[in-house]
Amino acid sequence: MSKKILIADDEQNIVISIEFLLRREGFEVLVASDGEEALAKVRAEQPDLVLLDVMMPRMNGFDVCQALRADPDLSGTRILMLTAKGRDTEVSKGLGLGADGYMTKPFSTKELLAEVRKLLGM
Amino acid sequence: MLEAPVVVAVSLCYLGLLFAVAWWGDRRADQGKSIIANPTIYALSMAVYCTTWTFYGSVGRAVASGIGFLPVYLGPTLVMALGWFVLLKMIRIVKANRITSIADFISSRYGKSHLLGGLVTIIAVVGIIPYIALQLKAVSSTVSLLLSYPEIVMPNHSATMSVAADLSFYIALILAAFTIVFGTRHLDATERHEGMVAAIALESSVKLVSFLAVGVFVTYGLYDGFGDIFEHLQTHPELRKLATAIPSGQGYTGWFSLIVLSAMAFLFLPRQFQVAVVENVNEAHLKRAAWLFPLYLLLINIFVLPIAVGGLLHFSGQGVDADTFVLTLPMSQRHEGLVLLVFIGGLSAAAGMVIVETIALSTMVCNDLVMPLMLRHNRLAHEESQDLSGLLLGIRRGAIVVILLLGYLYFRLAGEAYALVAIGLISFSAVAQFAPAMLGGMYWRGGTRGGALAGLSAGFLVWAYTLLLPSFAKSGWLPADFLTQGLLGFDLLRPQQLFGLSGFDQISHCLFWSFLANIGAYVGVSLLRPPMVAEATQAAVFVDALKDGGQLGPVLWRGRAKVSDLQELVGRFLGPTRAQAAFSAFARRHGSANGVTLEADAQLVQFAEALLAGAIGSASARVMVASVAKEEPLSIDEVMHILDEASQLRTHSRELERKSSELTAATLELQAANERLQELDRVKDDIMSSVTHELRTPLTSIRAFSELLRDDPKMHLADRERFLGLIVSETERLTRLINQTLDLAKIESGRADWNGCELDLKAVIEQSVAATSQIFREKEAQVELDLPDNLPLILADRDRLIQVMLNLLSNAAKFLSPATGRVHVILRTLSDGLEVSVRDNGPGIRPEDHELIFEKFRQVGDTMTAKPSGTGLGLPISRRIVEHFGGKLWVESVPGAGATFRFTLPFADAQPHLEAAVE
Repeated sequence: MSKKILIADDEQNIVISIEFLLRREGFEVLVASDGEEALAKVRAEQPDLVLLDVMMPRMNGFDVCQALRADPDLSGTRILMLTAKGRDTEVSKGLGLGADGYMTKPFSTKELLAEVRKLLGM
Repeated sequence: MLEAPVVVAVSLCYLGLLFAVAWWGDRRADQGKSIIANPTIYALSMAVYCTTWTFYGSVGRAVASGIGFLPVYLGPTLVMALGWFVLLKMIRIVKANRITSIADFISSRYGKSHLLGGLVTIIAVVGIIPYIALQLKAVSSTVSLLLSYPEIVMPNHSATMSVAADLSFYIALILAAFTIVFGTRHLDATERHEGMVAAIALESSVKLVSFLAVGVFVTYGLYDGFGDIFEHLQTHPELRKLATAIPSGQGYTGWFSLIVLSAMAFLFLPRQFQVAVVENVNEAHLKRAAWLFPLYLLLINIFVLPIAVGGLLHFSGQGVDADTFVLTLPMSQRHEGLVLLVFIGGLSAAAGMVIVETIALSTMVCNDLVMPLMLRHNRLAHEESQDLSGLLLGIRRGAIVVILLLGYLYFRLAGEAYALVAIGLISFSAVAQFAPAMLGGMYWRGGTRGGALAGLSAGFLVWAYTLLLPSFAKSGWLPADFLTQGLLGFDLLRPQQLFGLSGFDQISHCLFWSFLANIGAYVGVSLLRPPMVAEATQAAVFVDALKDGGQLGPVLWRGRAKVSDLQELVGRFLGPTRAQAAFSAFARRHGSANGVTLEADAQLVQFAEALLAGAIGSASARVMVASVAKEEPLSIDEVMHILDEASQLRTHSRELERKSSELTAATLELQAANERLQELDRVKDDIMSSVTHELRTPLTSIRAFSELLRDDPKMHLADRERFLGLIVSETERLTRLINQTLDLAKIESGRADWNGCELDLKAVIEQSVAATSQIFREKEAQVELDLPDNLPLILADRDRLIQVMLNLLSNAAKFLSPATGRVHVILRTLSDGLEVSVRDNGPGIRPEDHELIFEKFRQVGDTMTAKPSGTGLGLPISRRIVEHFGGKLWVESVPGAGATFRFTLPFADAQPHLEAAVE
């Protein structure tokens, strides 16, 4: 059974590229374009992994991450933060809030796949 | 019901009530629950100013000189309203130096001089005993009027007068007893006469109430209110003179002198000094008294004219003395209750004055006349270890009795003589002689003992010659040709036209010559030599009384004294127990256990002297302390040095305070600047981080798509084309972003190229609309133009303006709903320029975002449709362009009703300075 991954990002073109990449590798892909939608989809679909952009409308990635980690039913969901703001403080903030990994935009697709597989234990 | 026993019984009951109040006040004071620690009581106690001279005499003076009764109340009103700071300074000085009377005040100021204190006491006693006599006369006259009731018989024609006079003897004795009981309980000046003050406040209320009662009775009972009375005033020719502003024969000079005189009297009458300064509990009480006391004066004067008019009309041709109208008007109407109330009011006015004046005078007589004499004969200094506090109290009590008996004697001797009738103002003039020494002492360092002595003596002699002796002559006690032909027949020495000065009324005349002599001698003699040690010391203490803390003056004493000697000395005058308590308290305050120090320091010596000063006056205290302490005299140079140091210290400490406050201010400024810097730093950081974010985002898609294409050569053609297209559009976005960032940076740093020229704004707008027509067509939106022809030119850069218009139009297009969108562009003329507005019917902008959208990278999108495309720099750049050419750009919008972006630009000829900006 294939792993389910949610991509949460408000940049349409980034979503298109990652979605294409992950589907090609055989993952089941869900998409959300803002923080609230992301949270709702995680609760409804229980994906194995969330690729979470930080700068999103309505609810930013940090808040989504915090909300997910506060929910014991979702403790199995892995979180990979993606952000264009690559400062150390942001990285440690994301990890401190319970994210499992952190990648800075722009990233190489190979590294992204490697990180995704690592987090899913594959 | 107004028979003698009733009158006596009511009088005694009233005096009994006063006793009770005073006793209660003292008891509360002993328990530490003062009833007079209240500004209203303080203001009421000041009303001891209003004696029978006011209560009965105001109406008499109104009949004689119209509103000429007023200036005597204007003086005190002016002092309270404008000169309260003089009172404040007096209170501070008195508290700091434990001064007990006005004689002590003057003696202390000029180097603690016995001679000065004695002189002031003598002037006060001579000036005031007749005034006390006047009070006794008023009481006895009213008693005799009452005794002939219901007939109205003027006292001087009556056989009842002798009975009444005897009665007033007993009244004098009762008042003496009252004064002794409540005026001489303790010897310490810090122990106030609280009971007495409470009784005086009650008396003031009673006399006001009863006077107002008569006023209301006459105005509204006998007549129909003020209007009716003043109508009578106008219709009776002989009454009309009452209503003129300045009655003939009195003149402005007279008014002026009376105002000055009453102001001085209000400050320096011994009884006023007692209640307003010595008995003051809290200097903050002055604030309320400053309006309450003048209000009291206003109230007690408001019915004077109506009563005067009423009396004149009612008793026309009956020979009733106008001074008795207050009592005789209710008598004529058989209004017995009111008659008794008025009598009690008058009794209050008399008793209040007599009690306070006698206490003040007895303190002066004891401390400034008797004590110095006893000291001179060394009776006190060498009677070892004897408790003298009893002796001192005895002296004061004796003085009270003697003063009251002297007053009574003067009253019996003078009878109806002119000398008694006119004594009010004569008394005031005597007391006014204290003014130069008092005011000079408080505000001029140069005044000396010699100057004060010379001034007081000169003023007193001139006063006696120009006012007192003439009053004796008018009473027939001196030959009348003394007045008409001058002393020994010298024309120039005529006492009321001294040196040929005529045209003044007698008071102004006396005031002129006595002040001339007094001030002249005071200043002249003072200037003869510089102040000596003791004078300079006290001058500093008095003149600087209000400066930083005031009481902490420099300690000007050097020598050796034993604590035990000092304590024993104080104990002899205050009683050993009180001395012990005072010394222990001092030791506690200064942090040393009682009895540990044997050797007294300068501060303790000063403390002991102050304690003694409260009991025996400052001059005597000085002598007594000197008798137990081995003093090393300070030279004038040393004193001046110490005073100098003290004032330098004050200057330094003020400077330090100023510097420290400057430092605090500077620190705060630094903090603010630092915060601003940090804020700027943060903003710069934010912008860098925003720019980075905006650059990384398109790069992310470009890299991802490129790698997908690279890694999968067999990708479907459709995907391939789609991805390549996206890569191109993302590179376009990147280019736009880079261009705009650089553009904004250039504008902000002032390095932008501006090609300014005179433009027709209409053409610019049309060109911009044409350039964006494609976008609107795609959105199926309508663009309406409202552009008048032949508008004045504006000065701007054509390309930049097109940039602004394109930005506004494309923003509008971005938020329009498909098919129903409408954009309206309007150009119109303002008074000083043109205004362009671009209105759309899109979703509008929330009010809180109206300014936000002009910040960099702050796009406010409709969150439902995700992020608006664009860089977030268009509006900030547009605003800067418009502002560069002297205009403004802003948005007006109500959410749901579209948005209107407006900008203005000034006319080309209205902005000459822009030529420079364009270069």
